[in-house]
Amino acid sequence: MQLVCPAGSLPALKAAVRQGADAIYTGFRDDTNARHFAGLNFTDKQLESGLELIRREGRQLYIAVNTYALPDGWARWKRAVDRAADLGADALIAGDPGVLAYASKHHPKLSLHLSVQGSATNAAALRFYHEQYGIRRTVLPRVLSLNQVRQVAASSPVPVEVFAFGSLCIMAEGRCHLSSYVTGESPNLCGVCSPASAVRWSEGADGLSSRLNDVLIDRYAEGEAAGYPTLCKGRFMVHGKRFHALEEPTSLNTMDLIPQLTEIGVEAVKIEGRQRSPAYVEQVAGVWRKALDSYKVNPQRFTVQDSWRRVLDTVSEGSQTTLGAYHRAWQ
Amino acid sequence: MKLTLGPILFYWQRSQIMDFYTDMVAQPLDVIYMGETVCSKRRALSLDDWIGLAQDVRSACDAEVVLSGLTLIEAASELSSLRRLCENGEIKVEANDMAAVQFLSSRGVEFVGGPALNIYNAYALHELVTRGMSRWVPPVECSADLLAALMEQAREADVPLPEIEVFAWGHLPLAYSARCFTARAENLPKDDCGFICQNYPEGIPMTTQEGQVLFTLNGIQTMSGGISNLLAEYPRMARMGIDALRLSPRAGNMGEIVQLFDKVRRGGHPPLAVDGCNGYWHGQPGMLTVEEVGLC
Repeated sequence: MQLVCPAGSLPALKAAVRQGADAIYTGFRDDTNARHFAGLNFTDKQLESGLELIRREGRQLYIAVNTYALPDGWARWKRAVDRAADLGADALIAGDPGVLAYASKHHPKLSLHLSVQGSATNAAALRFYHEQYGIRRTVLPRVLSLNQVRQVAASSPVPVEVFAFGSLCIMAEGRCHLSSYVTGESPNLCGVCSPASAVRWSEGADGLSSRLNDVLIDRYAEGEAAGYPTLCKGRFMVHGKRFHALEEPTSLNTMDLIPQLTEIGVEAVKIEGRQRSPAYVEQVAGVWRKALDSYKVNPQRFTVQDSWRRVLDTVSEGSQTTLGAYHRAWQ
Repeated sequence: MKLTLGPILFYWQRSQIMDFYTDMVAQPLDVIYMGETVCSKRRALSLDDWIGLAQDVRSACDAEVVLSGLTLIEAASELSSLRRLCENGEIKVEANDMAAVQFLSSRGVEFVGGPALNIYNAYALHELVTRGMSRWVPPVECSADLLAALMEQAREADVPLPEIEVFAWGHLPLAYSARCFTARAENLPKDDCGFICQNYPEGIPMTTQEGQVLFTLNGIQTMSGGISNLLAEYPRMARMGIDALRLSPRAGNMGEIVQLFDKVRRGGHPPLAVDGCNGYWHGQPGMLTVEEVGLC
């Protein structure tokens, strides 16, 4: 299985290469990609320099143009596709049928991966993108159980990539408007979820409060660990009870599933987190490389070492991880 | 302008569903969408029951009847059921997943594109129109300005427009998950949920710790806390060339809502403003009312 790592900056890209990523995915510095955060992503010059390193080390570069094109911004999305092709990216990650059609028509040699934002969770949907645009891989949303991944992989016309580690979207990607409902900015259209510009912290008699566009996401008692107010991970009231009504602050970690994912025929595992620091990329890519190599050398005796787990725990939300939807009981 | 009745998004008892459509066939509706779009475990009506009921509704009124497909397809059984729905051979289908688009377009039949398909520009629209999409319900987060820009982009690019149907009344369907939030709220495992959704014919309200109504939990679907109501926007939508307005079923007295919209389309004065989470239409956070947006 290939290890696909995120890079939101040149230092992160270098860290990923250093730690043995097989492919690195990035985005341009605008709203054409789903991690459109201030200060993140690449200028032309930085990307060229990163690409040079990637070529020298024999790795691959994927470029995400994976938001949905706005009618009055169409030229921007076209330009992003053209630039990815001109750079000689090893794959373009996209979900918008208009963008995929443009790329397949104008750059037939550019390899297309269906973005997770395309929300394709089944073989029939994948046949659509394969027949129409010749996609060569798909990234599966984090809503399928391991058994469902197996079924999709077996019947899909293209190889699948799955999320291995990082922030856990509990809603089907591409099918979640919660962020725009509260803040006006959505992953599909703006490339952001629960944007930092909408976050407000305040300390009061009743504790520390985190808000998104004035909506109370959570309130912490003294000594309680406070996390970023991603809105699906707040504590809300249902039936008069206060709890994490949607999900706890936790990260996805599928390292234990390396044997099963390999056996299913998953082509690549993806680390989430282009918005994270170079240190995060360094640490996560490093332990995942070790785990994949260890499995390769001796598949029968593969176990996740405590030292790897500890590293992943330190960079996880709420310092805890879950198998998410891969494990049926989570659902 | 056409008035349409969206599929029932909640889980109702079989008798409630039957009574509902008995009432609805007497309403001034042009299109009636039917079928389960949220959760395949909901079995008050089987697929064959839905097809049979759709045939009955069609013969009982003049409205066009459309069968709506499941939105989030996870299991192989869901996919084969969706295929059967798409191959029913006589009733038009609303595709809510690209799987349905694949099934329908490969058979060469016209279809409706539901609000869960991600189409936000004229080129994406073109991809589906050329494959048979004759009517389109834009994603609920689309603003009037985005829609107008898309229609303009289509004209410039010579892309033919399908009929456009705007989600105009009801709890907005916002997100779909592998996890069932209703079961979670009741401390039940999803695989043994006991069809608990049936106890909540209009979903479960989820509020913030300050009591602000935020979302409505409806099984694996998360909906807007409040109702979106675009009746006051009728004149603008008519000017833009919107073809149809979707009213999403509620449990009690849906006829009253249909009547309110029908009165306006027959020349009655629309209200100047209505309460409701209508921010999306105005290019603002969806939860906001027009008052909060500063429009009245």
